[in-house]
Amino acid sequence: MTDIAAPPPGARRFGLSPDEATARLKRRHAAEARFRAYGIGAIALAAIFLVVLISDVVVKAVPAFTEYRLTMTVTPTLEQVSSDGTTDPQALRSGDYDAVLRAGLQELFPQVTTRALRRKLNNDLLSSGAAMTLRDAVLADPAIIGRPVTIEALFDDAADLYLKGLMSGRRESVGQGQAQVALDGEDVVLTSSAPDFARALAEVKESLREEAAADRREAARLSAAAADLAPGDQREALERRIADLEGEAAAAEARAAATDASERLTSDLPSKLVFINGGIVKLTEISASEARGTVLVPLANTNAVAAGQWDILTLTQPEANRRLDDQVVAWLEDLKQRGMVASHFASRFFTSGDSREPEQAGILGALVGSALTMLVTLVLCLPIGVGAAVYLEEFAPKNRLTDLIEVNINNLAAVPSIVFGLLGLAMFLNFFGLPRSAPLVGGLVLALLVLPTIIIASRAALKSVPPSIREAALGIGASHQQAVFHHVLPLAMPGIMTGTIIGMAHALGETAPLLLIGMVAFIVDVPGSITDAATALPVQIYLWSDLPEPLFQAKTAAAILVLLAFLFIMNGLAILLRRRFERRW
Amino acid sequence: MMTTMPNIELAKATAAEAADEAATKVVARDVNVYYGDKHALHDVSIDIPEKAVTAFIGPSGCGKSTFLRCINRMNDTIPICRVNGRIEIDGSDIYDRGLDPVQLRAKVGMVFQKPNPFPKSIYENVAYGPRIHGLTSSKADLDEVVTMSLKRAGLYEEVKDRLASPGTGLSGGQQQRLCIARAIAVNPEVILMDEPCSALDPIATAKIEELIDELRENYTIVIVTHSMQQAARVSQRTAFFHLGKLVEEGPTEQIFTAPQDKRTQDYITGRFG
Repeated sequence: MTDIAAPPPGARRFGLSPDEATARLKRRHAAEARFRAYGIGAIALAAIFLVVLISDVVVKAVPAFTEYRLTMTVTPTLEQVSSDGTTDPQALRSGDYDAVLRAGLQELFPQVTTRALRRKLNNDLLSSGAAMTLRDAVLADPAIIGRPVTIEALFDDAADLYLKGLMSGRRESVGQGQAQVALDGEDVVLTSSAPDFARALAEVKESLREEAAADRREAARLSAAAADLAPGDQREALERRIADLEGEAAAAEARAAATDASERLTSDLPSKLVFINGGIVKLTEISASEARGTVLVPLANTNAVAAGQWDILTLTQPEANRRLDDQVVAWLEDLKQRGMVASHFASRFFTSGDSREPEQAGILGALVGSALTMLVTLVLCLPIGVGAAVYLEEFAPKNRLTDLIEVNINNLAAVPSIVFGLLGLAMFLNFFGLPRSAPLVGGLVLALLVLPTIIIASRAALKSVPPSIREAALGIGASHQQAVFHHVLPLAMPGIMTGTIIGMAHALGETAPLLLIGMVAFIVDVPGSITDAATALPVQIYLWSDLPEPLFQAKTAAAILVLLAFLFIMNGLAILLRRRFERRW
Repeated sequence: MMTTMPNIELAKATAAEAADEAATKVVARDVNVYYGDKHALHDVSIDIPEKAVTAFIGPSGCGKSTFLRCINRMNDTIPICRVNGRIEIDGSDIYDRGLDPVQLRAKVGMVFQKPNPFPKSIYENVAYGPRIHGLTSSKADLDEVVTMSLKRAGLYEEVKDRLASPGTGLSGGQQQRLCIARAIAVNPEVILMDEPCSALDPIATAKIEELIDELRENYTIVIVTHSMQQAARVSQRTAFFHLGKLVEEGPTEQIFTAPQDKRTQDYITGRFG
C-alpha cells in the first residue's frame, strides 16, 4: 500500500500541470463539438436534398392525378353504335361512337359549320378515350340507345393541360368602361368608354419590347459565339441569323415606339380574347380607342355592354408557341362558362395500362408487371437464399471451397445489375427460349440479382443468434438440424425477412436488367400471367420520361411517386418487422 | 440462506459417506483435448460416482469446463476441437463411433453458465426436450412431465399461473431453474452444470444450491464452479484442475482440509488463482 502512495525518490513524474490539463480538456471538448457540427451539417444537407427531390417530384406529379371531363349529353342511335343494326354485344363493340360524340359536339356548337372548324372541334377537344367511355356505357346498358344520356367525356391532353392552367398563363381583366359592339363584315369592332384598349395596347407594346430585348440578347449571344468561329460558311450563316435577329428586334422596337398607331396582334404575341354578350372575340388589331377582332364564339347580340359586364382575357403564351389555338381555347372557355367542365380525380391513372395518348395512360400494367416479377423473384430467391445461407452458416464445413463460395457471393452482390440482364438475355431468352418481355424472365433475372443480398443478410441474421440458444438445444439432445430449424432459424427470421424485403425493394427499383430482356416494350394490356408481355414500374418511368408531352412528364413524376410509395412501404415493413420481432436475450 | 446452511452441511456429511460406496457412473481415462494446436487438457483420468455431486474447481482457463463438455460431447460442436482418450458412462464408451451424440445428450443433460431459456413460453421450454425425443405420446402426459420437471426444479409454485408467458421474462435465478427443469424433463442420468450460479445473486444461488442437493438423490451431477465455498457446500467429491491437468481429486472434505498437492493447497487458500 505504501508503495503505491509514495513514489520512490528520484522517480520521474508523468502528467500535466493543472493549466495544461484544462487546456487539453478544452481541446477535447472542442473536437467533440466540431465533430457533432459536422454530423448535423451532413444530415441537414442530406435532408435538404431529399426534401427538394421529393417536393419537386410531388409538384410535377400533381397534374397527373386530376383530369378534366366534359359533362355532355349525347344520343346514341342504333345506326351509329351498331355495325349491323342489332344490339348484339359483338356488333355494339364495333360501333362508331365517335359519330355519337361528333353529333353531341355539333349540338353544343351549332354555329360551327365549316369543314376545317368541324374537324378541329371533333379532333382537338376530346380524347379518343371519350368514345370508349361511351362504348362501355352502351355495352353495360344497351337500353340507353336512342335516348339522351349524360356522359363525362375525357378531354384531349392539350385541352386538359390548358384547363389545368399549364398551357399558358392567363390574365383576366374586367372591362372598365361601357363597351360598344359594331359589326364590320366578318369582324367585330369594339370600343370602350374607358381606356381599356389603351391599356391592352400598352401591354402589347410591352410584350413587343420584351420580344425585342430577347432578340437582342440572343443576337449578342450568337455574335459572341461567331467571334470564336473561323471565317467560313458556318460563321456566315450565324452572321445572317444575327442580322435577322437585329432586324426583328429593330422592327419590334419600332412598333413598340410608334404611338397612336394601331397594332396587329400577330400569333407571336400574347392572345387577347374578349368575352362579351355571351360570345368570345379574338382581337386581331388594337388601337388606343378601339379593337377589331374575329368572332370565335358567336355573340348573342350587338347591344352595348355596361362596365364590369365584359372581360378581356390575355393568354401570355403566344398562339404560335402553343399546341392549342385560340379557337379551341375559346370553345373551352365557353364550355367552362356554361359549367360543363369539371375536374375529377384521375382514377384512370391507376386502373388502365399504358397508352400513346397521355391523358389515357395509366400505370396498372406496369404495376401488375412489377407485382408478377416480384412474385417470381420472391418465390425463387427466398427459399434458395435462405437455404443457401442456412447451409453455409450452419452445416457447411469450413474449408477453402466454402471460403471461395463466400467470397464469390460477396462479389456477386457487387456485380452491376446490367450484367445480370445480359446473363438473363443470353441464358433465359437465347438458350432456354423463354418468352421475351415476360415477368417470368424478369423475375428470374432479379432473383439472381437479389440472391446474394438475401444470402448475406440471412447469414448475418443467423450469425447474430447467440450461440447459447444453439447450445441449449444441443444440450438437451436436439440434433444439429433440429437446433437450427427449431431455434436458430425462427430467431433469425426477422433479420432474414428484413434482408429479403430490402432486397426486394432493391429489385423493385431495378431497371437496367429489365431493359435487356425486353421488358421495355410499349405494352397496353395489363399482363394476366407471368408469361405475358409486360413492363415494370421503373421501366415505365423510364419510357414515359422520354416522351415530350407535358402530361407524360406529369405522369412520369406520378409513377415515381407510386414507386417511391411502394419502396417506403416495403422499407417501413422491414423496420416494423425488425422492431416487432427483435428478441432481446 | 443462513437457515438452510446447516441442513446442507448435514446432508452432505451423510451423503459423502454414501457416495464413497456408490457405483461409478462416469469413467474418464487419459483424456486429451486440443483446440487446433493448443493442448487444452492433458491426460485427465477421473471416476465420477453415481448419484453424487462432483465439483470441478480451478483457476480460469484450467480446462475444467472443457472436460465437462467432453462428457456430453458438446465439444463436437466446435470444429477445431479434438478429443483423445476414453470416457465411459455405465461402462460404454461415449466416443464410440456407433454412438449418436444426440442420444448421449438426452442421457447427459447440461446447464450452462448463463441462463439460456429458449425465447418461448415456460411450458414450451420444458416440453421441447420430451417432444423431440418422443418421450410422451399425449398432451396430458406432456403436461405431466412439464409439471413434474418444474416441480423438481422448485419452480412450479412460482410459475404455475403463467406457463404460457415467455421464459425469458423470468428473473435470472428463475431462468436458471427453468433451464434445470428443461434438462431434467428428458430424464437424464447425468447433469452437467457449467458454473450455473456465476450470473446469479446470492439468494438465487442459494436456491440453486439447495436444488442441486435435492437432485443428487436421482441424478449424477457434475458441477464446475469458481466458488470454493460453493464446491464445499454442494459437492461430495472435488477435482482440482490446473493448467489443463487434473491435479488432485478426492472427497470434498479431504480436498478442502487436507489437500495432498501443494498447488491445491495454494489455490484453496487463495494464494494464487
